[in-house]
Amino acid sequence: MYSEDDLVQLSALQHYIFCPRQCALIHLEQLWEENRLTAEGQLMHKRADSGKAETRGNVKKATGLLLRSLALGLSGKADVVEYLREEGGWRPYPVEYKRGRPRPDGADEVQLCAQALCLEEMTGKSIGEGALYYGEKKRRKIVPLTEKLRERTIETALGVHELLKSGKTPAPVKAAHCANCSLNETCLPDLGAKRTRVRDYISRMLREE
Amino acid sequence: MKKHGNTIYVTTQGSYLHKEGECVCVRVDSVEKGKIPIHGLEGVVCFGQIGVSPFLLGHLAENGVSLTFLTEHGKFLARLVGPVSGNVLLRREQYRRADDLQESARLATGFLLGKIANSRTVLQRACRDHGEGERDAILRCAALRLKDCLQRVNQNESALDALRGVEGEAAAAYFDAFSQMITVGGEAFTFHQRSRRPPLDRINCLLSFLYSLLAHDARSALETVGLDPAVGYLHRDRPGRPSLALDLMEELRPVLADRVALTLINRQEIAADDFKILESGAVILNDDARKKLLISWQQKKTQEILHPYLQETVTLGSLCRVQALLLARYLRGDLDAYPPFIYK
Ligand code: SF4
Repeated sequence: MYSEDDLVQLSALQHYIFCPRQCALIHLEQLWEENRLTAEGQLMHKRADSGKAETRGNVKKATGLLLRSLALGLSGKADVVEYLREEGGWRPYPVEYKRGRPRPDGADEVQLCAQALCLEEMTGKSIGEGALYYGEKKRRKIVPLTEKLRERTIETALGVHELLKSGKTPAPVKAAHCANCSLNETCLPDLGAKRTRVRDYISRMLREE
Repeated sequence: MKKHGNTIYVTTQGSYLHKEGECVCVRVDSVEKGKIPIHGLEGVVCFGQIGVSPFLLGHLAENGVSLTFLTEHGKFLARLVGPVSGNVLLRREQYRRADDLQESARLATGFLLGKIANSRTVLQRACRDHGEGERDAILRCAALRLKDCLQRVNQNESALDALRGVEGEAAAAYFDAFSQMITVGGEAFTFHQRSRRPPLDRINCLLSFLYSLLAHDARSALETVGLDPAVGYLHRDRPGRPSLALDLMEELRPVLADRVALTLINRQEIAADDFKILESGAVILNDDARKKLLISWQQKKTQEILHPYLQETVTLGSLCRVQALLLARYLRGDLDAYPPFIYK
C-alpha cells in the first residue's frame, strides 16, 4: 500500500512504457515539452473533460472523474466512465479517449486497465472490460481486462515507482520512437550514443586554428 | 533541435496586452496593433509601462510562455513563470557543486574557455573583414593576448581567483581593441572602457542593452531546464544577482551581443542621434533605436549554425537553451565535463 504522498500520475504508466527516460524527464525532472501531438491530445481531452454526468436510458456517463489506487500508488483522471445499469445499481465501464490510432506497445490498454483498477478499488465493484476510443479512426476498441493485462499494469506501476524513487534519469537510448517523442528536443537522444568526451571536444576546438 | 521560439517584445509605452481566443492581442489607446497566436510563442517581454490582463497572465503561465517585465531601458523587474518547477534533485546537485570550490573552478573554466575563445573569434573576424595597417596590427595583437589567456585557463585546475585574474586580463585585452572593430562614426562611436552603471558612451549603452536581453534569455533557459539562475560558479552568490545566468552568458556575449552591436554600427543602421545623452553623462537609447536594435536581435537569433559539440544545426537564438541543457546534463552526471559553445 502506498500513502497518498507517494501517488504517481496515471499518465506516467504510458510514458514509462513508451520510454523510461521520457517518464523520468516528465515525472522526475518535471520537464514538459508541448508539441503538436500533445497539444491536440489536450484539446480532445478538454472536450471530454467537462466534469458532468448525464444519463441516457441504461447508460450514465461521467466525465473527468478523479481516481486513485493506494494499492498501485496511482492517481489521475478518467476521461469518461460510463455506468451501465444492472440489477441493484450501476457497473462502471471506463472509456479512454486517444488521439491518433491504436499503438502497438499496448500502453493505452495499460492506462485503461489502471483506471479500471482504481475504479475497482474505489467502488468495490469488479470491472470486466473498458474501451479505447481513437479520434483518428473514430472507432471504439473493446478492451477485456484480462489477468495478463492486469499483471502487466501492476508491473508497470512498480517499475514507475522504482524509477522515481531512484531519483535517477536513465541515459537516452536512441530508437525509432524518439522521432515521435514530445521531449526529443530536451532529451537530446543523440548525446547518448555519440558521447563525445567533452575534454576531447575542448582540445579539438582549441587546437583547430 | 528546437527551432528557436518566438518572443514578442513590447516597447510602445501604454500598450495593453490581453487574451483574445488563443492569441495575445496588443492594444494601444484601445486600437488593436497586432495579434499573435500563443501556440509557438516562447516569451513575452514588456519594456516599461505595459499592461497585461489577468486572463492573459493565467493563459501564458498555463502554456509555459514566460512573461517578463523590464524597465524601459532593459533592466530586469519581474518575471512570471508557470507552475512547472523542475527537478529539486537537480537543483540540489547544482548547489552541492557550487559549495565545492574545486568543482566550481572546473565549471568556471568551461565558461571562460568559451568566453575567451569566442572573443578571440570576434577579433579575428573583424581582422579578416576590415583589418588593414595599424588596425590589423592592434586586432592581431589582442587576439594573441587572448590566445595566451586561453592557454592559461586551460592549464589544468586553476583556483577560482586565478581564473578570475586571467578573465580580467582577457576582458581588458578584448575591450582595449574593441574600438578597432568599429569602422564608422568617428568620435560618436569611440569606445574607451566598459561602463555599465550607467553606460557613459553610445557603445556601452548598446552593449548594456544587448547584454540585458541576453541575460534575460539565459535566465529563462536555466529555469526551463530546472536550474536556479541565482546560484553560479564563476559568479558567486550575491543577493539579487542571477549568477548562473551571468555564467552562462559569458560564452555567448561575444557571438550574440557584441556582434549585433558591431553590425548595427558598422552598417550604419544606428547613428549617433539615436542616443540621448543625459545631463549626468549617462547615455540611453531613444525609442526608435530600441526598436531597430530589437529587430536586429531577433534576426540574429534566427541565424543557423552547426553546434560544435552536438554536431547539429541550431539557431543562435536557441543557444542559451542548448547550453543550459548541456549544463544540466553535466550536473546530472551524463557528461564528463561542461561543453562550452566555441564558435569558429
Ligand atoms: S527522445 Fe528518445 S530517449 Fe529521449 S525521452 Fe524521448 S523516446 Fe526516450
